[in-house]
Amino acid sequence: MKKTYINGLGCISAQKTFDTVFLEEAELNENSTILSLKAPVYKDFIPPVAIRRMAKGVKNGIVASALALKEAQLETVDAIITGTGMGCIEDSEKFLKAILDNDEQFLTPTSFIQSTHNTVGGQIALGLQCKAYNLTYVNGSVSFESALFDAKMMIEEEEASSILVGGIDEMADYTMSLFKLAGFIKKENQGPYSILGSTTKGVVFGEGATFFALENQIKNNTIAEILDVEILNKLNVSEVENKILSFLAVNSLEISDIDAVLLGYNGDVDSDLYYKNLSNTTFINVPQVYYKHLSGEYDTASAFGLWVGSKIIQTQSIPDIVKLNALDKQSYKTILLYNQRNGIDHSFTLISSC
Amino acid sequence: MEALKQELKSKIIEVLNLEDIAIADINDDDALFGDGLGLDSIDALELIVMLDKDYGIKLVDPKEGKTIFKSIETMAGYIAENRVK
Amino acid sequence: MNIGIAITGMGIISSIGNSVEENYNALRNSQIGITTIENIATVHVDVIKVGEIKKTNQELIEELQLGKDNNFSRTAMLGTIAAKQAVKNAGITSINEYRTGLISATSVGGMDMTERYYHEYFDNPEVVKYISSHNAGDNTEKIASELGLKGMVTTISTACSSAANAIMLGARLIKSGKLDRVIVGGTDALSKFTINGFKTLMILSDGYNKPFDNDRNGLNLGEAAAYLVLESEELVKKENKKVLARVSGYGNANDAFHQTASSENGDGAFLAMEKAFKIAKLQPEQIDYINVHGTATPNNDLSEGRAIARLFGESKVPDFSSTKPFTGHTLAAAAAIEAVYSVLAIQNNVVFPNLNFKTPMEEFNLLPQTTLKHKNIEHVLSNSFGFGGNCSTLIFSKSE
Repeated sequence: MKKTYINGLGCISAQKTFDTVFLEEAELNENSTILSLKAPVYKDFIPPVAIRRMAKGVKNGIVASALALKEAQLETVDAIITGTGMGCIEDSEKFLKAILDNDEQFLTPTSFIQSTHNTVGGQIALGLQCKAYNLTYVNGSVSFESALFDAKMMIEEEEASSILVGGIDEMADYTMSLFKLAGFIKKENQGPYSILGSTTKGVVFGEGATFFALENQIKNNTIAEILDVEILNKLNVSEVENKILSFLAVNSLEISDIDAVLLGYNGDVDSDLYYKNLSNTTFINVPQVYYKHLSGEYDTASAFGLWVGSKIIQTQSIPDIVKLNALDKQSYKTILLYNQRNGIDHSFTLISSC
Repeated sequence: MEALKQELKSKIIEVLNLEDIAIADINDDDALFGDGLGLDSIDALELIVMLDKDYGIKLVDPKEGKTIFKSIETMAGYIAENRVK
Repeated sequence: MNIGIAITGMGIISSIGNSVEENYNALRNSQIGITTIENIATVHVDVIKVGEIKKTNQELIEELQLGKDNNFSRTAMLGTIAAKQAVKNAGITSINEYRTGLISATSVGGMDMTERYYHEYFDNPEVVKYISSHNAGDNTEKIASELGLKGMVTTISTACSSAANAIMLGARLIKSGKLDRVIVGGTDALSKFTINGFKTLMILSDGYNKPFDNDRNGLNLGEAAAYLVLESEELVKKENKKVLARVSGYGNANDAFHQTASSENGDGAFLAMEKAFKIAKLQPEQIDYINVHGTATPNNDLSEGRAIARLFGESKVPDFSSTKPFTGHTLAAAAAIEAVYSVLAIQNNVVFPNLNFKTPMEEFNLLPQTTLKHKNIEHVLSNSFGFGGNCSTLIFSKSE
């Protein structure tokens, strides 16, 4: 069975992640309930005729995918698989507002066309003139992992030797105001919004685009191998540890083989209960990492998590800003990622050095 | 007629987000689609809505746009003849 | 030929019926579901016709016995009804007994509630519960929850080809041994959002859609949900399951031509069909019936027709029809309801008619089957294409 290697990364996030080494210029912002991403210079990557209709999510997706391809030294791929929770909500909002405010009159198609969830995947294919397999997953916190799972399965089936896989989500004003109303985002003026030790509901929201160029062979630029991905819809807090142990066992691993664990802490007091027990007992002797204080929480924030995990293996170091405990390892070979939100959409991802 | 042409140029730039193009860059008889300005079928739909909204001209078949939107010249001519606003 | 993945159950709700039987009877008797819209207040009420399910949200809530505080979108309710039927049809009583997944498809998720309450949210605390149901994944999560399914759950959204990709993923998950059983399909409710969206593209018909007719003038939108239960060979043997038909081939390609329009020669469609044949290990001449995408837009039918003519040879195209004159174009659900129709065609050895056809297209010599036709059907090919260049093909085969 063919193995899956990460040979290129592209990350647009609330931090400087596309023109730096590994979070050396990361800024901790605990005073804002929303973390906007740091935009690249789009015109360096996208022709002006194409750019004029694109919302930022599409632009970020294109840039992040271009960066990943470049690092992997690939011109094109055998599949483009994306994940997005909310899709292109900026254009969805725009079109819906126009419908409601103009009583369904004088509407133009551009924002409708751009509003579909598969816009980013379609636009990347269009840009690369790539007629290969193209799919978009839209399932909350496992949107990205679904794409990753599919990609790994394609390489195993030998249906593809190179694949672009990515997670993209964008923020839009009205949707953010609705999320505040519904309590998904923390209340204003109650900062600092520290993720660790949070006692309140809601999260600090974010956005981003993270792409991985995957291939079925090791190259000079190979960053890590993806060993396994598992997706589960629903678990009780008490079931998580056993599920992780059996996931590791399937891969002939034990807790002691794990050199670092990345947990999806997001500062929501209830959602984070799923990680507390793991931090305090299961992985007490393992270097622990968190990352959503840097990226914000969004449906595909776990793709940013995988970027952090990949970088740990690539640089063989964990930046202090993402450390949950004080443990270090001589080398970082095998890394486990666990993410979920509010007890739903759990994912386990296992990567290793090559 | 000259004023209408200038108006159309500025509207096209605005409606179609042609950031890098100035009014002076568009000649009256330049092809708007294909090799000229490079507009496509989605732009045509945008222009159809503009005709309706700003000049009260309703096109039912998108194919009609092909001849009307050939150039600023043809567009202005059609609008001058058919406008109700 | 590849033996294919067993289909052991199916469920459907569409504008032509609330069950598989009702849909089959409507297809046999040319009873169409295209009507004037009733459940959504729209200024376009007199100029469009839709494939609407004539049940109000309240009726759906009662049918599903949902609590007063439920926040199900119409999309989720339709999906739950169809998925429950499919699970029952497959004789599943203990859903988590085997490694069971749910792969659902939707285009706009809970948009039907979002557009209803968009400006009301800040004034009416009672509707705030619907903010979370907008998310496409939330709709699938609700279906999973109603089925009591805890395993792998995910959602696919590739516009109008979505459900074909859900069925394809389900088949691959079983083939690779990752799951024993997968419930696959799609659901989409009508919404002002999609009605106005397609209206701006000027591809909505003002009458009844006429696929593959020279005078076709666009599509009717519809709403529907349908699911299939796919099971592994081991499970079929162990439980002595009745196999309705099999998913023998699947293919996915991108047209990479335009954001909404299909390329002139249907490159993406051609590639998707070609891949499906390769997986199925079948030759084009073995196909007995093509359930075409056939949306009745000028662009789709020309592009799809050319791709079919190229692949099969213009004079050798098997019987084909679009069933969209019955149901309308049900977007992300379309490939799932057409999968149910493909299985019905195989089970009953029948080709369903392509209604409303009068004049052959001038670009090629392709004539759809316009009346109900009885003949032996071993293999059915079903196409589905979507915005973003997404093209998918499924091949269904009779179980030996």
